[in-house]
Order: sequence, then C-alpha cells, then structure tokens
Amino acid sequence: MGWKKIQQDLAAECYIASDELAMAVYLATEQQRPLLLEGAAGVGKTEIAKQLASIHDTQLIRLQCYEGLDASTSIYEWNYQKQLLRVQAVREGSADEIESQIFSEAYLLKRPLLDAITQTKAPVLLIDEIDRADEEFEAYLLEVLSDYQVSIPELGTVKATSKPIVVLTSNGSRDLSDALRRRCFYTYVEYPDFKTELAILQARSPHMDNSLAEQIVGFVQALRKEELEKKPGVAEMLDWAAALAGLGISKLSDDPVELQATLVCLLKTQIDQYSMPREVTERLVGKVVA
Amino acid sequence: MKTTQFPATASGVSERMAGFIAHLRYNGYRAGVAETEATLCALQSIDIEEHHQVRLACKAVCTSNKESFDQFDELFSSYWFNRGREKAGINSRNEQSLKKRQSRFQPGADDSHSDAGSGSADQPETSDEDGEAYHSGKGRLIASQVGNLNKTDFREMATPELMQQAEVLAYKLAKAMRDRRSRRYRLSQRGNTLNLRKTIRNSINHGGVPMRLYRKHRPDRPVKIVTLLDVSGSMTVYAKVFLAFLKGLISHDTRADAYLFHTALVRIGDTLRDHDTTRAMNRLSIMAQGFGGGTKIGANLKLFNEQYAATCVDGRTVVIILSDGYDTNPPEMLSEGLQKLKKRNCKIIWLNPLKGWKDYTPVAQGMAAALPWLDHFAAANTLETLAELELALQRL
Repeated sequence: MGWKKIQQDLAAECYIASDELAMAVYLATEQQRPLLLEGAAGVGKTEIAKQLASIHDTQLIRLQCYEGLDASTSIYEWNYQKQLLRVQAVREGSADEIESQIFSEAYLLKRPLLDAITQTKAPVLLIDEIDRADEEFEAYLLEVLSDYQVSIPELGTVKATSKPIVVLTSNGSRDLSDALRRRCFYTYVEYPDFKTELAILQARSPHMDNSLAEQIVGFVQALRKEELEKKPGVAEMLDWAAALAGLGISKLSDDPVELQATLVCLLKTQIDQYSMPREVTERLVGKVVA
Repeated sequence: MKTTQFPATASGVSERMAGFIAHLRYNGYRAGVAETEATLCALQSIDIEEHHQVRLACKAVCTSNKESFDQFDELFSSYWFNRGREKAGINSRNEQSLKKRQSRFQPGADDSHSDAGSGSADQPETSDEDGEAYHSGKGRLIASQVGNLNKTDFREMATPELMQQAEVLAYKLAKAMRDRRSRRYRLSQRGNTLNLRKTIRNSINHGGVPMRLYRKHRPDRPVKIVTLLDVSGSMTVYAKVFLAFLKGLISHDTRADAYLFHTALVRIGDTLRDHDTTRAMNRLSIMAQGFGGGTKIGANLKLFNEQYAATCVDGRTVVIILSDGYDTNPPEMLSEGLQKLKKRNCKIIWLNPLKGWKDYTPVAQGMAAALPWLDHFAAANTLETLAELELALQRL
C-alpha cells in the first residue's frame, strides 16, 4: 500500500515516521492538499519536507515565515527599477503600449509562493513556522493553497502549472485560523518514544555502539520528563550523540565531569543548565546505565 | 450528553461517514460537509477494509489541533466499534471541552463576547449549540448573577465565571497598555508610506530619476508586561482569580512574562500560555504548592533582579506586582530590590488586595517601604477595582 511505501522510503532516507505522519504525508501527496505539522521544536517537522523532496527527487522551495512577512516578499513583486529604466528608454510610444510592456512577466520578480506553482516539475513547498507570520499573511496563503493560483492585478490570474506538495509547520506560538487548518491535513508530531528514537539514532549514526546508543536515548528521554524550559528535541539528541562519539566516550557513567560539560548540546538556556546540576545528571545516568 | 450510535439503518459508506463526522461535531470538532467529502476522497486512496488505515486517514483529515488529535482515537473507536454509549471518558471530556469553550476568550471572534469584560452579562453560547437545554439554562443563571459579582470580594467567591471575567478583563487591560505606536516615522524597508525626502535626495544620484524608493513606517513601541504574583499563605484566597487574571494579561502576547513567588521564585510564562485552561491551572497549582511558609518578597525580588530582569525588563516594561505586602524579609531588602528594578527605567505597579478594604493604610512595613518606588498603587480585590486600572494604566 501507498502509505507504507512512503514510510519505507522515508526510512531509507533515515527518517523514521510514525504511522500517523506517514499516512498524512501519503494523503497530502495523493490528494494534493497541504499538510500542517505541529509539535514541539526539534521533533523533525522541517526535516520531513527535505526528505520528501529527496524522495520525489524534486526541488525544495522554502519560505521561512517571520513577523511582518508580506505579499511582496512571499508571492511576487514588480521589478520597479527595471520598469523605470524601460520607461526612460522608450520615450516615444503610447502610454498603453509602455504599460503593457512593463507589466509583463519579464518585469515580475517571483517570490517563493509564486515560484512554487510555476515550476514544470511539482516541487515541495515548505512554509516554515507559519505561526510566526501575521494573520493577514494567512489570508494570502489561503488563496494560493486552496486554488493554487495567484491573482496579480496588472497581469491577471496566474494558474499553477504544477501543484506543489505543501508542508506547513507550526510551533504553536499563535493559534492558526480555522480556515487554514481546515484546508490542511493535520498531524501532531510528538517526541518519539524510546524505540523510535533509538531507531533514528541508529539510522543516523550506524557505527555507534548499541549499548551507548541505548544509554543516550534513555538519558534524553528521562531528561524530557524533567521540568525544563526547552526540552531537548531529536536534533539535540543527535548533536549530543555526535559530541559523545567525538569525545570517545563509550559509557555515560565513565566521566561525570566530561558528561556534565557535554550537556551544553542538550540544555539551551541558562535556567535549564542551572536546574540540571551534576547530582541530577548522575541520578539520571544511574537509571539508564544499568 | 451525546450518545454515540452506529446508525443501524445507514446504508453505504457515505452515509456512515456523514454520521461519523456528525459524531465528531457533537464532540466539539469543527467538522462539516467539506470534511465528509474530504474523508471520502481520502478513503479512495487507501485500503478501506483495514481499519487501522481508515483510522489514520480520518485522523489526518478531521483533526485540526493537538487536542482533537489526541482524543481522536477514542472517538473513532466509540463510533465504529459501538463502544461509545457508556464511555465515561468521552462524556467527561466532552464536558471539559464545553467548559473550555466557555472560558476561552477570542477577541473579535464573536461579537456577543466582546463586551463581556466591561461588566455586562456573560453571554451564553447559543449560536452553535441550539436546543441544548441545560447549557443555555446555565448561561441565563450566570447572567442574573453578574450584577453583584462585580463587587464581590475575591475571597468570597472564586467561581469559574468570575475567573473568566478576570481573564477577559486582564486581556483588555493588557491591550490598553500594549498598543502604543510611535508618533515619529522611521526609515524602513517595507514601510507603508514613501519617504519622499530621502527618495528625492537619492534621486539626484541618478540624474533625477527616483531609482530607489525609500519607505517609512511608524514603529510599534509595545509595552512589555511582567507580572510577579505572590502565592504565599496570606494570598491563597486570591490566588485563583489572580492566576486567571495573569493568564488574560499574557496569553495573547508573546513578549509578556509572569512569575510566581512565595519562598521561591518560579517562572510561569510558558505554562500560562497553554490553551487548555484547566491543564494550565492544574500545573500552576502544583507549582504553587509545597513551599508554604512565609513570603520572601525581598529575597525573590533580589533573585528576579539578578536572574531575569536583565532579559525581560527595560524602559518600556510595566512590572506588575500582585501582593499583600506581608514580607518575612526585612523591609530594607524590598526597598532595595525595588530601587534596583526601578533603575531599569520600568514602571512599577503594585496591586494589593488589602487596599480595597475600608480604612486600609499601608502599615505593613514591607508595603510602607515599597511605596516610594511605585508608579501606581491600587486595590485589587474586586473586578471593579481591576477594571478601574485601565484608566491609570493608559496614563502611565
């Protein structure tokens, strides 16, 4: 079946997807509807878009959202300087003629959203951290995502030549509008459980010693249960594993001082570092190194 | 409460699916005809005989946030496997979601809500819940109580309605404080007006052709709100309402921050932003418990100055302290702490529930020591007194 194949393909790209995620991705590609992913930071929301692009062997177009993102940076913009030069160069000719010249595709600067729907091969369009953009931007997005077309007043409506696979991610810093949510397939990406996370680690660093990998994953899983401001995500776990491997540590309990020093990979705020003194670390290590 | 029935008379997939969507809708999902259609479309892409796949597909289509995502599996089983009728889990959850809808305030989303904070009646939700006798009945009851609720001291009553009103009120206060816009224009790349002066000046470089358009905009000068809430023994009676108030203050603003203190200082900004009010309150009451003993305002303020103030307090910050001023630390310590905080050029507001009492004078040594450093010192024992803050805050 299709969705199983997607799960396997993703696994081949070292991305271990849960059943829910695989099904949502499958349906999104099949039904050509956008996919909305929510979840804590560092659970692999952005990564899935990259892997999808490489599975489908297509281009990844990324639109990073931020406060104040507007249509001219996300959809299109007229190349004003070029237009101006053209007007200067062609002094003669009627106004209508010049106008039809300077408002043509040659003078249009395509931004990610317009770019994504005018490709010959359907790309993967990643709209990252949509919750950071303003609400008015969501309205622009709705038009693009529901009809796959962009209306440009001077040119008319640009219809999609190919429908991109759209992945939206959100960290939940603001509630998204219902209109947008309803147009998307939705999946909440959780922190992976022990088995899945171990599989991720083994897929990403195949040479790692098995018992160490288990200790690393067990420790990070235990760490997420502590009261932390920023829980370490999968990406942090991988960083930490790489750091430990680089330092040649073969057992977490070997050198407490060194281990404590490597926690900088996992704990990203001052308060969190305060709240994980050596005693707590050792207690957690004691649990995972049986 | 809604019963869940597999329609025995339904024929064909589409009718059953429509029934399932209706079942979801009864349980608080935003699902309609479009979802039914989308689900049916989705079913065409999968193997419909395998219920695991059908479950996953429906989940992808019908859920739209974490809450609905989490409770979907149970609702699915209860409908398709006919287990729902007596399922206590769903019933209680449903009640929760109803309560939640009541307590959630979405600005501008619903006109009937927008005046709820100004002391008028809290409107029962009737628009999408037609024919629900017990629900609308409850709403009327609220309405008839409101008149005197506003003047009730928080100690006597901490009802959900009061807490909701406190939250709404706080949201309005926060908005009144926050929305400040500079009168001056600043050069900016994506401003909404042309900066003619700069554009023309620059056009000289290009022989009078305005090659580059410069723009300008009025920068926002938002006021940051940082709240310190005292949850020591003497304040426990007020704590619940104040927590709701805090939630209203900061939940719609990512820059705002909040802290609890008793004998220790706990940062609660992120917890308060949790959309599930009940869960947030539970987590908060856990945080607030287990310390007991006296209040160490002075020590906590010192800690706040050392650890947090540098990142969250600046000249455009309003620090709101909610406390009764009974301190086990020496008053000099409090005074010193406030003085240090004041050096960051912020505004300090002290809300004291005791001040609303008749003949109250700030005799508690701590309070007396704090007074010189405060920009505004007000009562906070009824909703009315909180509402009066709005005027004072606009002046700050």
